[in-house]
This record gives sequence, C-alpha cells and structure tokens, in this order.
Amino acid sequence: MDFLKISNLSKSYGGVDANSDISLSIRENEIVSIIGPNGAGKTTLFDLITGVTRADSGSVLFQGTEMSHMATSEIAKLGVVRTFQQTKIFRDLTVLEAVMVGHHLHDHTSLWQSLLANRTARDQKQKKQEHALEILEFMGMADKKDLVTQNLPYGEQKLLNVAIALAVEPKLLLLDEPAAGMNPMESMRMLGTIRKIQETGITVGLVEHNMRLVMNISERVFVLDYGELIAEGEPEEIRANPKVIEVYLGRQASA
Amino acid sequence: MPKLAPKGLVILAALALPLVFNEAFYQHIMIAAVINIILAVSLGIIVGYIGELSLAHGAFYGIGAYTSALLMVKLGLPFVAAFPLSVVSAGFMGLIIGIPSLRLSGHYFAIATLGFQGIVVLLIINLVDLTRGPMGLPGIPSPGTLEIFGWTISFGDKLAFYYLAFAVMIVVLILVRNLLRYKFGEAFIATREDSLLAASLGVHPRNCRMLAFVVSTALAGAAGSLYAHYTMFISPDSFTLGESIYLVTMVIVGGRGTIVGPVVGAVLLTALPEVLRFAGDLQFVIYGLMLMLVVIFLPKGIVGLVEQTKQRGASLEN
Repeated sequence: MDFLKISNLSKSYGGVDANSDISLSIRENEIVSIIGPNGAGKTTLFDLITGVTRADSGSVLFQGTEMSHMATSEIAKLGVVRTFQQTKIFRDLTVLEAVMVGHHLHDHTSLWQSLLANRTARDQKQKKQEHALEILEFMGMADKKDLVTQNLPYGEQKLLNVAIALAVEPKLLLLDEPAAGMNPMESMRMLGTIRKIQETGITVGLVEHNMRLVMNISERVFVLDYGELIAEGEPEEIRANPKVIEVYLGRQASA
Repeated sequence: MPKLAPKGLVILAALALPLVFNEAFYQHIMIAAVINIILAVSLGIIVGYIGELSLAHGAFYGIGAYTSALLMVKLGLPFVAAFPLSVVSAGFMGLIIGIPSLRLSGHYFAIATLGFQGIVVLLIINLVDLTRGPMGLPGIPSPGTLEIFGWTISFGDKLAFYYLAFAVMIVVLILVRNLLRYKFGEAFIATREDSLLAASLGVHPRNCRMLAFVVSTALAGAAGSLYAHYTMFISPDSFTLGESIYLVTMVIVGGRGTIVGPVVGAVLLTALPEVLRFAGDLQFVIYGLMLMLVVIFLPKGIVGLVEQTKQRGASLEN
C-alpha cells in the first residue's frame, strides 16, 4: 500500500486547469519535491491534498484512507499537515504559544475541565508547553521562545512555520516553499532541519524553487508544468530530462 | 497577567463600595455596573477572541430577561430554577442563530446579528399575549429571600442584590478566564488570527467559533435574568440595537482581546451617563465621538494604553 497515493486529481478555475489528471505516490519516510515554474499548480496540489480546496475529480488516499472529501482539520487528525508560504503567523502570540497551538489535537481537555481549570486542564497545558519547548529545541529556536512571533527575523519566521506544523506530530509534512526568500545561510539551516525531520520518521513533501536545496535533499522529484505532471524521478534523472530543461530554459531555437 | 494582590484589593474595594456610598442612587449604579460587566465580558469573547462583531448581544440579554421573568411570573418557578433556565435558553438561541450566521464573517456576520437583534425586539413587541408587548412586563418577583444561620437576607433589598449580582459576576469572570486560558482560548485566538492555518493544525474553526458564541450568549442570559429580577419590570426598550451597540462600545473602549478591558469599559460606560447627564441628548454624540477616537487612536482600548505606557516605562528603565 502506498503511503500517499494521488490518482487522476484535477482542479480547474474557470477555464484554467490548475491541476489536470495528476497521479503520483509518495513512499513512507522519503523526501520528495514538487517543482515547476510559477503557476504550474504546485501549491494547488498541496491545497487539494489538505482539503483547503476541493478537487473537481480524482482521489487522494493516505494510508488507505480516502481524503478528497475531508475537511482540513480532519486531514490534520490523520497526520497530514502542511505549512503555508506566508510568514507573519499568529503575530501577537509568543513563539512558544504559537507552537503550543500546533499541539492542539493532543490536548485532551474537555470543555468542563477547562471551565473549572481542574488538574487535567492544567496538566494538559503543562504537557503542551513541554512538548512545544522540545520542538523549539529540536529546531534550535529555544532561546527565542518568549519573543513575539512578529519580531522574529525572516528566516526564523519560516522555521516557526515548520515548528508549528511539527507540533501536530504529523506523519506526512508538506512544506510550501520553506526556503523562499532565504539567504544561503538560512537555506542551509532549513536543509539541515528538513533532514533531521526525516530522521525522526516523518515523510516530507516540498514545494520549492531553490534548486540547490531540492536537488540536494530530495529522493525523488516531481515536475509540474501548466497543471500537468511532466516528469518524475531521482534528482539526477530530472536534471537530465529534456522536457524539464525545456520548461525551465526554453526550447532550443530550431534551425 | 496582573498580580493577585491588586486584583484582591479591587474586589475588596468593590465589596466595600455600596457600604460607603449607601444611598440608593449609588447602589443602583453599582448594580447596573455589575450587570454590564457580565454583559461586556461575555461579549468580549466574541469581539475579542474570535474577532467578530456581534450586534445582537442586547437581544440575548433580553431573551435571558424575558425567559427568567416569564418562568417566575407565569409558571411560578423559583429564582434558583429560573436563573439557570434563562442561561440555557439564551445559549440555546445562540446555538440556533450561530449555525447560519457563523458561516459568515466580518461585516456579513455583523449584519446577520443585526438582523437577529431586530427580529427579537419585534417578537417581544408583537407577542403581546406572552410579553405584553411594548407595555412591558411588570410584577416580576425579586429573587426572594435566603436564610443563613437564622439571618434572613431579602434580595429585594438593593445592598443584598448587589452582593448576589457580584457573586454571579465573579463566577462568570472565573469561568471566562478559565475558558480562555486553556485549550479553547488558544484555539479561539488561532482561529481569529488565521483560520486556514488553524484548520491545518487540526483546530476546527467552525466548532470553535460556535463554542465561543454559545458560551457568550448564555452568559448574556445570566445578566438578563439578574436585570429582570432587579428592576422587576422589563420592556423591549432595554434590549434594543442601541443596547447592543452600547455593549460593543464598552468592549472596544475598554480593550478587546483581554478580560480586564471589557470590565473597565463596562464600569466607565455605566458611570459616564450619570456624569454626562447635564449634556442631555448630546451625550450620545459624545459616545459616538469617544468610540471614534478610541478606534482611531487606541485600537487596543484603555487597557492597551496602560500596557503600552508600562512597557515604555520599563524600556526607559533599562
């Protein structure tokens, strides 16, 4: 059984096919990247997988469970969690509080327990806090825990995105342009972090424009162009694929 | 979070206040302030924590008041039964109204609640057989008497009623604080800040918003019940759109996104009409002006201003 299996997924906006008839699968504990020019439908694919937008047709199976009809929060419960491109997340919270929000699903306080602030409520909050701290340590951000998120430098705002998603304890983590706008130092740090995440047993899917990062880290790469999957394979194969070169560099002028 | 000591002092002062200013007029204003605190703090859950503007809080207040009054007048229920039932009925109406209106957000949600506010007032006016319509409902009994150690406390008395209302207010404040401090408060804020991100973390935005709305409206019902048995006469005039806007003003002037904010706003806006009495109808102009100025210059309200000055003071010291 495939870990994540996408079959014939399509979505169009008006006359534009954002994703047309995409089929691909991701194996457990690998790192895969989805690349392609702007507007190729990479983020749309993430949106369809995580229920942010509903597909016109096709299916998404995660560990054998059909997800294409599910709400985003239910998909998160199954262990499929994604990040968004934006920084400026939960701007008024501290870094620690923001990561604690990510652990919401593992907080088993009931409404009554919370209204009465009984032992369970306090214990659960304590646990959530400890878990969030562990994650911040894992990300190398523990010293920033009391900072208000909007005061973080850009690179760490991007890392915070990942930290919050990790707090959900995902099985499949989908990162939407985690290294966008980063300087080489910051993207090296992101690369290291993604490797470490994989080592903990999490499967990672990336949408990314930074080719050095993609080629360095991915076990397999999928290439989208105008909503269609035009190539898939190991980084070396992708680099040598004439279709991919054409998409990125343009067609050679015919003599 | 302010330290416990000043909080305790404020509570002690509030308990001593009606003994010091023991004229009926002052005691009346204090009771009104306590009821307004319950209303503003509960509305603050919606306005401050899920970030939506509800213009129907006065209607839920009215539902609580009429439920409690009618249960006692028509069915002869005691206050101890009528009070919780008014909480339940206001919360239940919150659930019914929340189902369609919480699908909306921003201006659309505000307009939906505005519509409900209008409907409730029209219903109270037109269900003459039940509510006596615009003539109002007289003869509502007071909460009755309580016997402790041979003492008989009559809640028809202003002083005793103040302490009853104050006790309810403290319970409400504690419940709201607890709700917002643990799992659900965090989820409310996450939903307010970015509902898409919240959903992708497994928070169910619509359920969260519904929970906040139902708790908020139920507590407005509690305030309504207290009000009905205090004034012993209720009419639709007390639960109009004007009242709803007045409550929103308390939350915004005091400072949304906190619990202290609505408390401060409620006390201020209860006292202000008495201070501004000389201005006659002009006082409404003054409210409007005040709201505008606060929204423009103090987006976080009075509490926000205090925090800001504190931080500035702290950074100067460093």
